[in-house]
Amino acid sequence: MTAAAQTAEAAGRRSTGTVRRLAGMLHRRPRLRLSLLLTAPLLWLAVLYLGSLTVLFVSAFWTTNSFTSEVVKVWSADNFRALLTTPVYRQVILRSIGVALAVTVLCAVIAFPLAFYTARVARPRWRPLLVVAILTPLWASYLVKVYAWRLILSQGGLADWMLRPFGLSGPGFGLPAAVLTLTYLWLPYMILPIHTALEQLPDNLVDASADLGARPGRTFRSVVLPMVLPSVAAGSIFTFSLSLGDYITVQIVGGKTQLIGNLVYSNIELNLPMAAALGTVPVVVVVLYLLAMRRTGALSSL
Amino acid sequence: MQLSPSARIALRVAAGFGFAVIYVPLLLVLVNSLNPDRSASWPPPGLTAHWWSVAWHNSGARSALWTSVQAGLGATGIALVLGTLIAFAVARHRFFGRGTVSFVVVLPIALPGIVTGIALNSAFSTVLEPLGVGLGLFTVVVGHATFCIVVVFNNVVARLRRTSGSYEEAAMDLGADTFRAFADVTFPLVRSALFAGGLLAFALSFDEIVVTTFTAGPGVETLPIWIFDNMTRPQQAPVVNVVAAVLVLLSVVPIYIAQRLSSDTATGSRV
Repeated sequence: MTAAAQTAEAAGRRSTGTVRRLAGMLHRRPRLRLSLLLTAPLLWLAVLYLGSLTVLFVSAFWTTNSFTSEVVKVWSADNFRALLTTPVYRQVILRSIGVALAVTVLCAVIAFPLAFYTARVARPRWRPLLVVAILTPLWASYLVKVYAWRLILSQGGLADWMLRPFGLSGPGFGLPAAVLTLTYLWLPYMILPIHTALEQLPDNLVDASADLGARPGRTFRSVVLPMVLPSVAAGSIFTFSLSLGDYITVQIVGGKTQLIGNLVYSNIELNLPMAAALGTVPVVVVVLYLLAMRRTGALSSL
Repeated sequence: MQLSPSARIALRVAAGFGFAVIYVPLLLVLVNSLNPDRSASWPPPGLTAHWWSVAWHNSGARSALWTSVQAGLGATGIALVLGTLIAFAVARHRFFGRGTVSFVVVLPIALPGIVTGIALNSAFSTVLEPLGVGLGLFTVVVGHATFCIVVVFNNVVARLRRTSGSYEEAAMDLGADTFRAFADVTFPLVRSALFAGGLLAFALSFDEIVVTTFTAGPGVETLPIWIFDNMTRPQQAPVVNVVAAVLVLLSVVPIYIAQRLSSDTATGSRV
């Protein structure tokens, strides 16, 4: 063996030695390993993300100079007082919650029979394909789906054409259009959990109910529905919170309708503290909704 | 459950109606891209492929697509690294605040996009601008990565929870060190979960509009921003129609890949 090769081999041994030592150290010290794992992600999420969020919500307690639109860093609860007392704000907040609830109910009403069909009526051979058919629209672009509804609801569009034989015309752009479009957007999030719950429902429970003399209607009310409700609640978390924060759909098909997101958007340039205060509303409402849904066991079936 | 024949028929009809509601709008987008007319009135006066070639040469749409791909790749790369690190910490270690960590990961996607958007926007403009770094593609990537971490995390943590640590212990008993055990045992186990998570992260970033609106600098236009800006311009309507149709067609690709993977990872849930 030449001298050069010997040196190279020794160097190789030394570097494997370093690696092994490092590996041994990591193995013996789980705390060190943990801190190496967590440092980068926590810096990103805690400092960058939570930091920005905190600053934003702190700024909700500041005000702006009404002439220059510059932020004045004086503590006051004026923005929140305005939020609760100004009729326009109250109206928009209530309307947004109403829209989110309407979308949730519509999604549940459409999703339930669909999921019941795909999970228990359709032939087992077809079921995986039907699940794919439910999933595919989730991958289609959000904006394209809203655009599709803009095409449908526009003047002389598909909705008008379909309703003309009945002497009616489509709803046009406005609040009903926004509710309809949001329902369409979030529908798969409701179908999937209900489908999963119905699919996992043990047959022998249903059989036992029938053996004990229950008719299908009674079995549905007393056995199927109680076991599926947590999944409906889980789906509703998506439909409710996604609808509450949305402002793009409303801009595209909502006509002059304003929801809470539009108010936040229109305040950003001139009054950032007010926008921040308005932004806390959907956050608080969603957290309250999550807490309410936790009681139904929805979170564990997410 | 014994359903009466009439109940079965009713359910079939309801399901047929539901699937029609899901697919008619998407089909309409496809048909409308062949509409020779600039208006969206139905039925279209004829069919033409003319606008497809116009859209192909549209420089605005092309550069927006390229920007979106760059932003998506950047955000996916960061999310893959950070999401995997958190997943290993949460699944393989017990520590104080473990529940909080998994909660904070979900937060960027659970909160309304506009809240995340303006929070990041004001943070960037107060911290980065004094340093001479303005809003641009870089800030878009940072914003997207923040909410993409969760999908990678969810996929990898689910996989790690199902595969016990005993495989790695066995590898180590056989003489492999920490790195060797990771490369030869752990990584192959989580590889498909990483792939699924990366696919979801890219799709999420590619489709995002709200956070992008607030983190993109002047001149940085992703494809959703381009569509949004051109949607209301009658001049651009035919090109927007074609771009929308292309995006509908492209949505089949990830579904196909997910089916080929045929893994149990949560490829379906985008959250």
